[in-house]
Amino acid sequence: MNDQAEEPINLVLFSGTDDRLTAAAVLAAGGAALGRPVHIFLQYWALDAFRADTIAQRRPLAPEAGEAGAAAVEHMRAAGQQSWVETLRQAKDIGEVDIQACSLSMDLLNLSADQLDPIVDGVEGVAAFYVNAGAGQIVFI
Amino acid sequence: MTLTQSTPTQTPQLTTLDARGLKCPMPIVKTAQAIKTIASGDLLEVLTTDPGAVADFAAWSRTTGNTIVEQSVDDSVYRFVLRRK
Repeated sequence: MNDQAEEPINLVLFSGTDDRLTAAAVLAAGGAALGRPVHIFLQYWALDAFRADTIAQRRPLAPEAGEAGAAAVEHMRAAGQQSWVETLRQAKDIGEVDIQACSLSMDLLNLSADQLDPIVDGVEGVAAFYVNAGAGQIVFI
Repeated sequence: MTLTQSTPTQTPQLTTLDARGLKCPMPIVKTAQAIKTIASGDLLEVLTTDPGAVADFAAWSRTTGNTIVEQSVDDSVYRFVLRRK
C-alpha cells in the first residue's frame, strides 16, 4: 500500500436530494473498496434523510436535474440501480465507513439519536470531525 | 543453487466474478468483496462492462497491492485476472 491509502476520505453531506446522496454513496463505496477509511458527516437536509422512519422513501432531485435529468435518473432506477442507502450499507460491509450526525443539525431538526437509522454510528461536533479527518481530503456535497 | 525460491506446489485457484451490466462503483465494490473470499496467491477473474473499468482496476490494484495478471477487452466486455496479495 502507498502512503495515501492510509489517509481517510471525509465526506460532508449537506444536501438531502436523492441524486446528491447517491453521488456521495458512490464516493464512499469507492473509497471503501480502495481500503481507505471513509468518514461521513451529516449536516442539515442530508441528516434529515437519515431518519429511521423515512430513510427508504424516495426523495426529490437537486434543482439542476430538470425534467430530462429526472427522466434519466428514473431510467437508471428502472434498470435496477440500487438506492443510495443500499450503496452505503455495502460500503460499510466492505470497508471502514463511519457515519456521524452533526450535533448542531440534530438540534436544528429537533432529532434525538434514537430517531436516526442504525446506519448512523453516532453524533459528533465539528471539532471531532476535523480531528478524525486528519490529513485526508474533505469533500462537501 | 538458490534456496530462497521454492516451486509452488499448488496451481492457483481461479474464481470468476461476473459483474457485467453493473454500474460504477459496483464492479470495484464486488471485486473488493470477492477478493476477501479467496486465498492469498489465488486468482479472481472479473468481467465488467463499466467503461471506467480500465482506470478503476489499475488504481485499485496500485492501492491495494493485489496485482492485475491479465487484462483484455472483447466486444465492450473488460476482463481482468487479479492475484490476491
